[in-house]
Amino acid sequence: MNYRLNVFKKASLCRNFELSTSDHINSGKIYVPTYVSTGQEFISSSLSIISKTKKIKPLLFGQHRCHSIYLSFGGKIDYLIDELLGRDTGINKGFSGSASVGNSKINMYGHDGLMGSNGPIGVGACFASKKPTIIFLGDAAVEEDYVLGAMGWASKKKLPLIFVIEDNNFSIATEKAVRRNWEIKDIAKSFKIKAFDIKDCPLEIKYKSKYFFKQPILLNIFTNRINEHRGGESLKKNKYDRYLIEMKKIGKKATIIDQKFKKLIEKLWQKRLEKR
Amino acid sequence: MAKTLRETIKETLRSHLKKKIGKVYGQCLNAVDWIEGTVPSLKEKDGLIDLSMADVANGGIVVGAGLIEKPIYIIRFQGLNWFNAPIIINYACKSKEIWNIPCPIFIRSIGMEGSIGPVTGSSHHSIYFRMPGIKIVSPMTPNEYRKAYDYFIKNEDVLYLSEHSKSYNNSKELTDKLEKNTDVIIFAISITRFQAYKIKNYFKKLDIKISIANIFWIKPFKIKRKWLETLKNSKFDGLLLDDDYVDGTAKALAYELTKKTKKNVRVLGLEDRSAGFSRSKDNLSPNFERIRKEVYKIIKK
Ligand SMILES: Cc1ncc(C[n+]2csc(CCOP(=O)(O)OP(=O)(O)O)c2C)c(N)n1
Repeated sequence: MNYRLNVFKKASLCRNFELSTSDHINSGKIYVPTYVSTGQEFISSSLSIISKTKKIKPLLFGQHRCHSIYLSFGGKIDYLIDELLGRDTGINKGFSGSASVGNSKINMYGHDGLMGSNGPIGVGACFASKKPTIIFLGDAAVEEDYVLGAMGWASKKKLPLIFVIEDNNFSIATEKAVRRNWEIKDIAKSFKIKAFDIKDCPLEIKYKSKYFFKQPILLNIFTNRINEHRGGESLKKNKYDRYLIEMKKIGKKATIIDQKFKKLIEKLWQKRLEKR
Repeated sequence: MAKTLRETIKETLRSHLKKKIGKVYGQCLNAVDWIEGTVPSLKEKDGLIDLSMADVANGGIVVGAGLIEKPIYIIRFQGLNWFNAPIIINYACKSKEIWNIPCPIFIRSIGMEGSIGPVTGSSHHSIYFRMPGIKIVSPMTPNEYRKAYDYFIKNEDVLYLSEHSKSYNNSKELTDKLEKNTDVIIFAISITRFQAYKIKNYFKKLDIKISIANIFWIKPFKIKRKWLETLKNSKFDGLLLDDDYVDGTAKALAYELTKKTKKNVRVLGLEDRSAGFSRSKDNLSPNFERIRKEVYKIIKK
């Protein structure tokens, strides 16, 4: 239960952050293109708790939908707020906006905007350092040819890394079935990489953690992006909300945590917005 | 006997690996002669890393390595940069500026020429030239190579070396030849520098004074004061030679020289057409005859 609760705490931080972010996109305070991870929080939250338990500080290579990675792994909240507000006091001085957040303190390398580039870059960094590494890719980014090339090489070199595919079924608004007739799990297996299709349930992720950071492994994690690709609007055809499911399972404690983070985040945003 | 450029490169790589400054990455490195004898015969355990054929991914893998160590990346033909450059240019070259994380890479990019077709022929430094965050040099001599490597070690930049296989046997240093009352000054890059000396000697016999400025630093374009003086005082236009298509580096550098001197600088590089494999369809760096004709056009004789 401790694990589940700890993951929920991280997820709650991310969820409440993203809800506020959406509000500020809609109010026009955030003018940079912004990609919220509402609905997908449990992937990075689970991985951060698992890494912590293993006493591992992995190298992190995310892509544009990266707020949850940054927050789950300990990035400072007000720096991210300032970054989204386009300020010089932001985590990357206004360079990275929402999509390219990087922070060496938490071993998080920013993204350059070319989908999938973090695949080979993460593989190279893992090879050169031999440090545990997590590469986060969307179900679309993983289609990039250079991701597949790098995956093959990572397998050959038996690198201690995890390819995490955040499979929300969408490339912008185009569904997977329109784009391909293969599954990444099968491709990874053909590269001799251990690969699994799992849901974004914290326990399912934990079950696979015995394989982490030994040899390359790929987790294709089904998840539900609640928001539009970009911006603050919610999608109409929501399937499920992992946050509500977990809340229900955990019970009252979760409601208290949720309220706590809601207040904290709102206060932080308020404080940053007042500071002009 | 003085060391050739080939031997200098090989020594540089060996010492880089021995000191564990970073690994050396590339394709087919185990076939030592494939890289024109510039790679020491070592193994993966020594840090010589053979990558797969996935060129675009490989560029990215080396960028990842650059976040951790100081890698050397060998690109066998400069034209392969069309596939290797994207992640280097868009990530490594920006990493320091955006994320305050340096990503140094020493890119050995090899120019070739002579019946080897449209991709593997000539130099392609212009692919990189227009983007910020990259440093470009074109070493043609042992000392220049050492200078380039020294710069790489002392700094945290992505350094693109526009090499040329036809210079690998060279052991002589190439010095500027700046005449007082020159008729024409030639600014030469890469392999064209060797032609420039032949041209100078040819015109000397005809009592026409040609000066030579050797361009080593392409980006930033390091212009020597004496070059500008010579160009300003020259009787006719300047001429800039390159081993790449002229719509890129050559015209940009010529523009800089013109801006600083108000003197016209013409450019000569590859012709604006595809290269083929046959001699009749090849597209080579400006040869003696093309340069000679251009100089005649300049001096209107
Ligand atoms: C190389 C490249 N191709 C296309 C794009 C445009 N683009 C940006 S995000 C995106 C979809 C990404 O989908 P996915 O990787 O599944 O991540 P998600 O947005 O679903 O989190 C596309 C096509 C890009 N930025 N880079």
